[in-house]
Amino acid sequence: MAMSYNSKDEVDGGPPCAPGGAAKNRRPDNTAFKQQRLPAWQPILTAGTVLPTFFIIGLIFIPIGIGIFVTSNNIREIEIDYTGIDPSSPCNKCLSRNVTPCICTINFTLEQSFEGNVFMYYGLSNFYQNHRRYVKSRDDSQLNGDPTALLNPSKECEPYRRNEDKPIAPCGAIANSMFNDTLELFLVVNGSFSTAIPLKKKGIAWWTDKNVKFRNPPGEGPLQERFKDTTKPVNWVKPVYLLDSDQDNNGFINEDFIVWMRTAALPTFRKLYRIIERKSDLHPTLPAGDYFLNIKYNYPVHSFDGRKRMILSTISWMGGKNPFLGIAYITTGSISFLLGVVLLVINHKYRNSSNTADITI
Amino acid sequence: MERDPAAGEDPAPPDRRPQGRRGRRRRRRESRTRTVRSNLQPPPPASAHEEGAAQGARRRRRWWWWRPGRGGAQHLADNRLKTTKYTLLSFVPKNLFEQFHRLANVYFVLIALLNFVPAVNAFQPGLALAPVLFILAVTAFKDLWEDYSRHRSDQEINHLGCLVFSREEKQYVNRFWREIRVGDFVRLRCNEIIPADVLLLSSSNPDGLCHIETANLDGETNLKRRQVVRGFSELVSEFDPLTFTSVIECERPNNDLSRFRGCITHENGKKAGLHKENLLLRGCTVRNTEAVVGIVIYAGHETKALLNSSGPRYKRSMLERQMNCDVLWCVLLLVCTCLFSAVGHGVWVRRYQEKKALFDVPEADGGSLSPVTAAVYSFLTMIIVLQVLIPVSLYVSIEIVKVCQVYFINQDVDLYDEETDSQLQCRALNITEDLGQIRYIFSDKTGTLTENRMVFRRCTVSGMEYSHDANAQRLARYQEADSDSEEPVPRGGSLSQRGSIGSHQSVRLVHRTQSTRSHRRTGSRAEARRASMLSKHTAFSSPMETDITPDPKLLEKVSECDRCLAVARHQQHPPAHLSPELSDVFDFFIALTICNTVVVTAPDQPRQKVRVRFEQLKSPVKTLEGLLRRLSPSRLTGCGSAASLFPAKSSSKSGSSFLPVLSADSALLGLEEKLSQPAQAQAVASEGCGEDGWASQPCAPEGCAPDPCALERAPPPPPPKDPELRYEAESPDEAALVYAARAYNCALVQRLQDRVAVQLPHLGRLTFPLLHTLGFDSTRKRMSVVVRHPLTQEIQVYTKGADSVVMDLLLPCSPDDARGRHQKKIRSKTQNYLNLYAVEGLRTLCIAKRVLSKEEYACWLQSHLEAESAVDNREELLSQSAIRLETNLHLLGATGVEDRLQDGVPETIAKLRQAGLQIWVLTGDKQETAVNIAHACKLLDQDEEVITLNADSQEACAALLDQCLAYVQARTPPGAPEKTPAGGAGGRFYPLLRLPPEAAAPRPCLSLVIDGRSLAYALEKSLEDKFLFLAKQCRSVLCCRSTPLQKSMVVKLVRSKLKAMTLAIGDGANDVSMIQVADVGVGISGQEGMQAVMASDFAVPRFRYLERLLIVHGHWCYSRLANMVLYFFYKNTMFVGLLFWFQFFCGFSASAMIDQWYLIFFNLLFSSLPQLVTGVLDKDVPAEALLAQPQLYRSGQNMEEYRPRTFWWNMADAAFQSLVCFFIPYLAYYDSDADVFTWGTPITAIALLTFLLHLGIETKTWTWLNWTACGFSALLFFTVAFVYNSSCATCYPPSNPYWTMQTLTGDPLFYLTCLIAPITALLPRLFFKALQGSLFPTQLQRARQLAKRSSPRKPRAPRDPRGPLPGAPSPDTSEPSCPGASAPASQDDASPGSWPPGAPEASEEPSPVDVSVDVSVPLREASGRRAPGRPSGPRAAVPERRSGDSRAKPARSGRTASLSSVFSLPHFGSPGWISSLSLVGGLGGVWQLSRSSLHGDKREAEFLPGPPPPRDGDLCGLGQRAADYF
Repeated sequence: MAMSYNSKDEVDGGPPCAPGGAAKNRRPDNTAFKQQRLPAWQPILTAGTVLPTFFIIGLIFIPIGIGIFVTSNNIREIEIDYTGIDPSSPCNKCLSRNVTPCICTINFTLEQSFEGNVFMYYGLSNFYQNHRRYVKSRDDSQLNGDPTALLNPSKECEPYRRNEDKPIAPCGAIANSMFNDTLELFLVVNGSFSTAIPLKKKGIAWWTDKNVKFRNPPGEGPLQERFKDTTKPVNWVKPVYLLDSDQDNNGFINEDFIVWMRTAALPTFRKLYRIIERKSDLHPTLPAGDYFLNIKYNYPVHSFDGRKRMILSTISWMGGKNPFLGIAYITTGSISFLLGVVLLVINHKYRNSSNTADITI
Repeated sequence: MERDPAAGEDPAPPDRRPQGRRGRRRRRRESRTRTVRSNLQPPPPASAHEEGAAQGARRRRRWWWWRPGRGGAQHLADNRLKTTKYTLLSFVPKNLFEQFHRLANVYFVLIALLNFVPAVNAFQPGLALAPVLFILAVTAFKDLWEDYSRHRSDQEINHLGCLVFSREEKQYVNRFWREIRVGDFVRLRCNEIIPADVLLLSSSNPDGLCHIETANLDGETNLKRRQVVRGFSELVSEFDPLTFTSVIECERPNNDLSRFRGCITHENGKKAGLHKENLLLRGCTVRNTEAVVGIVIYAGHETKALLNSSGPRYKRSMLERQMNCDVLWCVLLLVCTCLFSAVGHGVWVRRYQEKKALFDVPEADGGSLSPVTAAVYSFLTMIIVLQVLIPVSLYVSIEIVKVCQVYFINQDVDLYDEETDSQLQCRALNITEDLGQIRYIFSDKTGTLTENRMVFRRCTVSGMEYSHDANAQRLARYQEADSDSEEPVPRGGSLSQRGSIGSHQSVRLVHRTQSTRSHRRTGSRAEARRASMLSKHTAFSSPMETDITPDPKLLEKVSECDRCLAVARHQQHPPAHLSPELSDVFDFFIALTICNTVVVTAPDQPRQKVRVRFEQLKSPVKTLEGLLRRLSPSRLTGCGSAASLFPAKSSSKSGSSFLPVLSADSALLGLEEKLSQPAQAQAVASEGCGEDGWASQPCAPEGCAPDPCALERAPPPPPPKDPELRYEAESPDEAALVYAARAYNCALVQRLQDRVAVQLPHLGRLTFPLLHTLGFDSTRKRMSVVVRHPLTQEIQVYTKGADSVVMDLLLPCSPDDARGRHQKKIRSKTQNYLNLYAVEGLRTLCIAKRVLSKEEYACWLQSHLEAESAVDNREELLSQSAIRLETNLHLLGATGVEDRLQDGVPETIAKLRQAGLQIWVLTGDKQETAVNIAHACKLLDQDEEVITLNADSQEACAALLDQCLAYVQARTPPGAPEKTPAGGAGGRFYPLLRLPPEAAAPRPCLSLVIDGRSLAYALEKSLEDKFLFLAKQCRSVLCCRSTPLQKSMVVKLVRSKLKAMTLAIGDGANDVSMIQVADVGVGISGQEGMQAVMASDFAVPRFRYLERLLIVHGHWCYSRLANMVLYFFYKNTMFVGLLFWFQFFCGFSASAMIDQWYLIFFNLLFSSLPQLVTGVLDKDVPAEALLAQPQLYRSGQNMEEYRPRTFWWNMADAAFQSLVCFFIPYLAYYDSDADVFTWGTPITAIALLTFLLHLGIETKTWTWLNWTACGFSALLFFTVAFVYNSSCATCYPPSNPYWTMQTLTGDPLFYLTCLIAPITALLPRLFFKALQGSLFPTQLQRARQLAKRSSPRKPRAPRDPRGPLPGAPSPDTSEPSCPGASAPASQDDASPGSWPPGAPEASEEPSPVDVSVDVSVPLREASGRRAPGRPSGPRAAVPERRSGDSRAKPARSGRTASLSSVFSLPHFGSPGWISSLSLVGGLGGVWQLSRSSLHGDKREAEFLPGPPPPRDGDLCGLGQRAADYF
């Protein structure tokens, strides 16, 4: 009686009203919603009803896949591993730590010329930038130029938070492990003479990163002044305000730094290093021919079986070279088409034994 | 005697003062009485108190508590109603505490708290708490809201006004209910609601009566009578509370509504017993009484009404139990993945640690973790990250869905009952889906299957049967009342008209009416009755029940008696010259009229006049002492002292004919009057007549002239005269009998406490001084009234009761004299008719009378008075006293009252049975009645074999069970059945008729009929397994004469042993235990009160709604919830899968590529709405299809939607989908410059899209709500992503997905992956669904297809001629519903020709199912196919046990050769009722194993004496008679 023993009962003298039935006449409303008779589309999944879906998927996916595949295949890409594991590699000497600075040169040949803007990446393998504790080890406030955070970085940066009683700027393991090889590209003209390829180092980071997320500490003075009372990350050779001579690309807003700070999703990744801009419509950006890559080898990856690569790639509307997606689309499309055919057969056979198949959606 | 035992025997009882020091409190609580005294009185002086000075201390304490507001208030609840659980302060802790009873909440809070540990945290600690807090908050809000509405209604009740006597103002002042305290005097006016449990002290009613309506308490709308406490009833002036000095001792508050005991001690030391007639219960309404005054005894939460209230029931549904089991699997899975991950991380750490990897982050102190420590940390972190595998929101979602389901069930118009203006009530909120999985239904009979609305059908008086053909015709007309074109029904027409109808009827008509009636039961009657019922206005008074067409012969006799008596009376002759038969007839009708508790109400009954009369008649003031002295048992010294009573009384009583006192008083008075002035009765009568002018004429001597023409000339009989005279009866059969008597012009016109008035055409108004009413109780099974006959002045006892009881109480008749022989003959004839009535399914009552001599009466009276004034075991004493009175009865006759089947019961039962439900009927009725009702409602089919288990002893029961089992087992394997009869050897069973060989092939279903006594044996530990096994083989089981306890035991047995879902449905208090035991309890909110409803989970207005409730709503609820739960598991597993695969690429570091915000709110916000909408609205099969094909219900019974197998397939699919959804983006972004969140966000989007599409595949009906919800879900995700990714660049450390989503929208790769991944992930599922839908469609799918195809046209489109739906149409339809039947059952259809449909039944009676309202296609076909075959195949083999056999060998029951042989059945001397039963039951196979029906004289010694042996001759005669009917 507890539920029913409320005032309503005592006053009306009736059994408890169901929700919405307060009126004397407790007849429920005869509405489509309350009577669960809302007009509804009732698909029934049978071979007959579903097979159009499969064919449609197939018919859409296969062309898309082909398109993507062709696009991807049109992308020029060259990848040069300069880790130096191979003893014959010029960079092999740099594996030992005592050669500093170690500069090695790798020759390579472009069979085909690269048209349009060419993107120069460095690629790392077996580098777990997505490790949980690594990903966390940064202080976005500091990177955003917050003066308090600059001097008192977040605890997440431990153990790269302070060094010799000075706050590290930029703090954290990510910054500390920043990629610091220098790559230069030269085109060999006429055998011995070589010209340096102009590498644009601005524009490689996201615009929002460079302009919103990353900011140098406020102040009017030179960067060094603004970063005073901080110290450089342990692994760094020079402090953050000396990353570049260009004021717009120095300190926290150094684009190489910004790019590095965007932690990669997977242990094998590439990061944009430089852009080789097309100079004119007449000449390819990188004509076919011999090149050599000048590497200032600083970044030790050998110890953890990492790999370093330099990648030159043109891009298309859908980004860099990736044959997988095209293949995936074609495969899925084909499978779908195939399944559609199977269903068609089944539907046909089934239709002969029973005619439920004439139900359509 | 009246002293409270605790007070009297225990010198230091801890009882009275339940207050004082804490240490004693508990002990005091246990005390059995409470003392109440007036709040208006100052503390009693010590000397005045019965307990003496020694107990002064105690008294002082007592003084404390009866002062309101003092310490006592803690103990005696005041009248403030507080049903709220929380206060403002206690809400948060208490609610949290309650919520943490749910293990899941604890789990999630622990996980969230784990986040505060820096070493293992995966998310921002505050953020991690968010979902848990959200869920806790939602639940808390819900609780708060509920509590607030409770509070509001409490307030409303607390602030109701009431007149309370104020000490200060010396008058009644208006107070709020909450201010009422124990000991207050309240004055209640008519139609006021009683605010607390009040002891009635004064009533404006002259007789000290008060009528209350207890509808609020038990739903009964009839008026109950309450009496003023003895001693206060005779007060002249208005009751003055200030003078009230008595002390009331009563029981501790308890919840027994039907019991109240106590005593009141007046100041002078006199005591009087109190009983429930003195108590006005809180929540009831005062009716028909101007004002009453009473003292509050129990207030507030100690009132019986509130003690009775129990909260809504929390049951855990089967689905939920299963789900919890799967949640445990999920936990195991979680632990496994986390362990795997932890080990992986350990290995990884060991591998990279010493290598000085650049990405290795040392500890804060520069050191590094050992791999093992790292693994442990990783394990914990993984648990946090993967916590969603345990669905947080699942429980909340399920609750939401269930609430919505309940809402929709409540709102279903088809479950709304027009007559009672009530719809289905869901009282339990969380077992809706159990409705879809029921396997066994346990049903009460009376009131559940039947209307509990009695219609007088026929009667027998002193051995003469009056078949009431006209009445039967009238009823038949009601049945046909559908079309108005019929000739007008002779309802309540004038006497002459009735006579003319009746007089030309001949007995021959009996056949016709009999046969029509029996057919009507099945089908078309349902609609007709509905029509007729719409016209009814009050309970028990539809025209069908009230307008009884009298049997002309009997009417003739009645009026002859009437005339004779009137003449005799006029001439002052003793009325002895009536022939015995006529006198019996007269007494019979008097008994029908007055032997009941029916209250006559006329709406315009003038109360004021009565009051005037009261004033006039009031006797001189009698003091309390005088009254008490009279009542004091000490005055009644013994049987012989009866005479001495009267002088003492007459002194105080002379001249007062109506004393509004208790029956004891009036009894004494009656005696005295009788002794002193026998003629006073005349005065009584005339006085009674004088009040109502119209009736005075017959009383005037000249008006009563014996006029042979009076029949025609006399003023019309009462019914047309006062049509507004209404009878309010406590039970419908009482009303039926009173209406029946009225039809014979013997009308009850007035019932007061001390007299009943009967109106007769010639005699006029006869007023019977009512000396006693010995109420009906279920153990005595009878009731009696003791009256003084106004004509003969004899003291007569009229008894009405169950035939089995009354027949045993008759005066043994000596076979010597003619009179005795005649009596014996009458009795045997009556018994014959009784059996016949029972066979017809009528409820039988025997009417008997006894004439008491003065001495006998005085002797009995003394003991009775003692019993009445007893405080202890008063009930027991009273019933013993009643038993002493009800002996040596003279049989007058018997009545047959039909309890009509409710609308649509046969159809509903047929449907439910098609749905695979086994229906057991557990009834307290006798076997014959029950069996016949069972036949009528199609519970027993024509072609069923009925196993009847009637055993007198444990051994007999065991033996019978063994035989039955042997038989059943033998018939189960196909081909085997032939062996058993032979192999059983001995040939103890003689098959009555040789069976045709082909009859062996199709095996009819079995049914079991068992009586209460055998049931008791069968429920013994040793036999229960056998019984259960046997019952399982039977399609339906009928337990007769079962007690409430047995009912619940049966349910419990089935529930625990068979592990099946059970549903119990009933309407009365006797079903409560069964309802409570069953998984799902359904109460019928009918006429027998609300106890059943109170105990139930669902309350339906009528039985037939069960069909829709189970088959439609139950199925939907189950299927919706099952699918939703599966989807939940899928969703969580799939989502967790994504994270888990990522661990392989992040060094098992418990890193997540999905942003923590998405991770935490994904389940809660983004993907929750669509599944809720689908869970609430999805309809796998439309209602029409479900109703048309009840067998679809089996999917729920077999748990087809949610099985372990489905669960694991679901999980496997989830794993596959997560693989696809992970590796497509992985490969697409492999070796790219994507950062973690630029890569993780597409995966989140993919997951969301996959979920939505998956849900799309699972959703069967897409309403605009589904579309909206899906669209909303997707939109919400992207909106949130956009807003979140642009809101701030430095918030949300450690991860910062600033501008990620915006960047992604410019990236074609994002769209391409979002397109391909979900589709690829779902292709297999879609494909397999399509394959399965085409190749191996489930019944549900077929039904859906069928429904869909037919929906544009009519719902019942012609079935596909080529592809019969499996299970839907006949062959397998009937087969699985019959558990005992094996494969050969399907051959039924093969051999229809063997039984030509030439049998009379087949030609006369339309196929049972064809008549049914429902015209569903498969049903029709099934029935159509069965119709020619089944009914014409009479398998009425009645294997007979040869007398003297202890071990019966089952005969092969089966077909009889022909109908004619069936007709010869009775001659075989087989138990009479059985054979007639088989005839009535449409010649079904009856396999009789009844011990009690053996010939009584040959009963074996090893069997203990059983029920009274059937009278052989009678039975034979009966059989003959039954045969005559055909």
